[in-house]
Parts: sequence; structure tokens; C-alpha cells
Amino acid sequence: MRKFFSRAAEMYIDGFRSMTVGKKLWLLIIIKLIIIFAVLKLFFFPDFLGASCDTDTEKAAKVRQEISDESRRY
Amino acid sequence: MDDLISVIDWSRAQFALTAMFHWIFVPLTIGLSLIVGVMETIYYRTREENMKKITQFWMTLFAINFACGVATGIILEFEFGTNWSNYSWFVGDIFGAPLAIEGIFAFFLESTFFAVMMFGWKKVSPGFHLSATWLTSIGVCISALWILIANAWMQRPGGMEFDPEQARNVMANFSEVAFSSTAMNKFFHTVLSGWVLGGVFVVGVSCWLLFRKSNEEVARRSIKIGGWIGMIGILLTMWTGDGSAVEVSKTQPMKLAAMEGLYRGDAGGQSLVGFGILNPSKTLDNDEDPMLFSIDIPYGLSILANHDMKSFVPGINDIIDGIELTENGDTIHGISYDERIALGREAHQALRDYNTAAKAGDENAKTLAAERLKANFEHFGYGYFEDASQAVPPVAITFYAFRIMVMGGGYLLLFFIIALLAVYKFKGLLKNRLVHILGVLTIPVVWIVSEAGWVVAEVGRQPWVIQDLMPTRAAVSAVSASSVELTFWIFVVLFSGLFIAEVSIMIREIRKATKQEILNR
Repeated sequence: MRKFFSRAAEMYIDGFRSMTVGKKLWLLIIIKLIIIFAVLKLFFFPDFLGASCDTDTEKAAKVRQEISDESRRY
Repeated sequence: MDDLISVIDWSRAQFALTAMFHWIFVPLTIGLSLIVGVMETIYYRTREENMKKITQFWMTLFAINFACGVATGIILEFEFGTNWSNYSWFVGDIFGAPLAIEGIFAFFLESTFFAVMMFGWKKVSPGFHLSATWLTSIGVCISALWILIANAWMQRPGGMEFDPEQARNVMANFSEVAFSSTAMNKFFHTVLSGWVLGGVFVVGVSCWLLFRKSNEEVARRSIKIGGWIGMIGILLTMWTGDGSAVEVSKTQPMKLAAMEGLYRGDAGGQSLVGFGILNPSKTLDNDEDPMLFSIDIPYGLSILANHDMKSFVPGINDIIDGIELTENGDTIHGISYDERIALGREAHQALRDYNTAAKAGDENAKTLAAERLKANFEHFGYGYFEDASQAVPPVAITFYAFRIMVMGGGYLLLFFIIALLAVYKFKGLLKNRLVHILGVLTIPVVWIVSEAGWVVAEVGRQPWVIQDLMPTRAAVSAVSASSVELTFWIFVVLFSGLFIAEVSIMIREIRKATKQEILNR
């Protein structure tokens, strides 16, 4: 089992070392993930219901109210 | 009120932008993963070193697309939680379960075997490497399956019960959700269209190599494989498209009517608009001709929708009025939209009564309200409309997108026929520069056709987020329109940057191939 994991790790390390176009791709992936998770998710996409309700019961009551509210009509 | 309309519009625009951007990568991942799987299988069976190099060339392009596309779908999930919180809660585990399974598969299956596929050529046995390539391809398809199951449920909700206590839908029958005919049709139609897109990409890039008189052996062999997969893909996409039309006619007749710009159906067989220009003055209330100009295929729509040339296909007004006609022109009265609006209102009132009873802790009143709600729940979404016209999708976008998809599909069939004839029979065509240019220009065409397919599916079902149960107006969160507008423009910048990055890395890699021999690398 240990041999399997060391061979797997070696494959990843050697793979990353010998990458050509891959280095640019990994840079792109890392920048993208940082923007998505550390900027967009954190600052622009909060959990809307979670922010105003603590429990599932409160969330259910809020949604029940919202979806049956007459102001939601066209 | 104005802010709510603005939030809906910006949230819809943002979701459409994100979904369409995500869809740039997905079909190419589906198609190319299959093509490199086939190429590597040929290498595995023949152990021909040239085939290995051809496989590696396409695998690099696959990796570029995979890397640029990865995680773009996660943004859609963010939008669900922030902009569409009522919807996210309302769908409950019906939507959550498939997405969770997709996440697990996408992460473990695709990511694990993708690494072996890219890094493992000299580290694992050829058999193990081939397995990893196929498992990546299968993983991509399984990921798509779960997303499409979730989407299909929104088009045709079933296998669930609405629990007013939780204010969400609870799964009652997993197989009805996962293996509905809508889900299966959608899955095969979508995945097979990915084969078409992958095929066009391989043939198109190969044409560029031929145009530059570089790596002609690689190009010819790639056109054979890409051409066959594309050809099989387009034929099966057409077949499953026929299945989708029958499905839509049963479950979303309003979408079909919008796809055809059909307001009143004819008894005794309905023609299909092969090509046409819609009359912009046509409304639900006037008697103007819906078409300014059209070339019709007699009985075509009846055959497409019901596989019966004499069958009645209801138009938009027929559906609103709840009427169908027999072959002889006799009228059959069904439920009209006005009646559904009234029943939907009753369902809304029952939910409000449930809410009041819940606050008062009156269990008896809750039970009675829940029973009234259950009796009319199938009409719940209609309770949001003031009049039936609000339940009609944008006809022009749906109509023209459908024609782009169908006519584009016809062109792609022709394209693959030419590609295969060029490599097998009329080899002189491979030296014709016009054919090379045609191949390259078809690359953007296939994306337009593919995106148009999604426009038909998603715009055609408006105003529903969940068919008959929840329109966009009820689904959207009470967030400020300006915040959604801001993130919309952030996405425009981000996606443009990512798109430019992908295309430039891809072009650089292809250009590299025009300057050096792939087979002698």
C-alpha cells in the first residue's frame, strides 16, 4: 500500500515538473479558483437565507411567506 | 415592484451568461474525451507509436479545455444560493442530491483519472492508462447525467411531494426523478451533441493543419476518427432530438407552440415551418398571420410532435383556452389557463392559511390547509399570474433559436459527409483550400448551434423555473438589483478574460503543431 502511494505521489511530482503548457494552465486554474472562492463567494455571493435565518424551521417559514406573498404576483 | 422586475431580469441575465459560458467547455470535454479514448484504444491495440503521438496531441488540447472550464459550473451554484434562494429552498433534496452526487463524481472520478491520463504515460502500464482515459470520459458523462437529471426535473417535475412544513419538495420516488423519459432524452441528446462538437473541433483543427501543409498524416487520421464520431453523433442527436420533440409535445406543449410560432392548431394535421419570418405585430388577441413569410413542410409538425401526420398540435391560444381538436375538427375542452390561475390562487391561499396556522400552533388548521394545498398543488405556479398571457414564453427567441439548431444540425450532417468522403473517396478534396477554410469556419458554427439548443430548452420554458410550479418571479431572492448588476459585469470581465486565455493557449498549442512534426517529436 505504501509503495502504491509513493508511486502515485511520484507520478504527480514528476508530472508537474515536466509540464510545458500545463504550468500556464495551473496558474490559470489557481487564479480562477482564488477569484471564485476568495472573492466572489466571500464578498458577492452570500447564502441569502442563511444570512437572515439560523435554523431550517426559520428558513422554511421565510420561504413559505415569500412564495405565497401576493406581491410576488405578476 | 420595479426593483423586483429589475432583480429578475439581472438574475436571469447573469444565470444565462454563466450557463452559456460554462457550456463553451462542457460539450468539448464530452466530445474530445471520447475521441482521445478511441484514439488511445487504437494505439493500445496496434502499439503504433504514431497513434500514441496523435492521441497525446489531442489530449493536450483536451487538457487546456478541461483546465479552463473547471469550476465555471460552481458559479451557477453560488447564484442559486444568492439570487435564487426561494427556488433553492423550494426544490430541496430533489436538486441537492443530484448536484451532490455530481460533485463527488466530478471531483474523484474525473480529477483522479485525469491526472493519470496526463501524467501517467511513463508511470503506469498502457492498459491502466487506457482505463484512466476511458474512466475520465465516463466520469464526464456521469457528471453530465446528474446535472441533466436536475434540469429535466425542472422541465417536468415528478417523483416528489411538496411538504408545506418544510416549504420544500421531498423526494418520493428516486427512479421517477432520475430515470424519467425527459431526463434520459435530455441526457442522450446533450451528450451526443457533445460528440458532434468534439468531431467538428477535431476535423476543423485538422483542416487548419492541412491548410498550413503541416502534419498532414496527423490531420488525415484525425479527420477519420473525428469524422466518424461526429457522423455517429449527429445522426444519434437527430434521433434523440425527435424523441425530445415528442417529449416536449406531451409535457411542455407551450414550448413547442413557441418553437413553431403557432397560435392556433389545425384539425387534421399541422405543417412545420421549415423556414420563416415571424410577424412582429402578432399578439395573442389579434387575428394577424403569425408569419410574414414561411416555407412549410405539410404535416411536419404533427409527425414531429406525435409521430402521427393527422394529429392535432395545439397552438399558444389553444393551450391558454384549454382546447384540443379531433381529426374532424370537433372541440375537446380541457383545463384553461384562467381556470389554472384560479386553482393556483386557491393553492396560494391554502399555503398562507398554513402559515397562519403554523404561527398560531393550530395543528387542525394546518392539516386542513395542507390538504387544500395538495389538491391544487399541480397548479401552484399559475397563482402568480394576473392573466394567461404572462405564461407565454418569448416566441421570437425560441422560434429562431430552434431554426438555428435544426438548420445548423442539417449543415453539420453535410459537413461530416464531406469530411468522410474527403478522407475515404475523393482524396483530392483534402488538398482543396476551400474545404480547409470550411472546416475551420465550422468550429464556431457548431458552438452557435449547440448554444442555440439550450436557448430553445431554457427560453422556451419561460416564465417557469419549475414547470407549472414556480415562475422566475417567485424564485428570485429579495436582493438588490444593483448588486446582481454589479456581479453580472464582473462576470462579463472574468469570463471574457478566461475565454481569451483559453483561446490563446489553444491557438498557441495548435500553432506549435503547424511548426513542428508531431510524429517526430
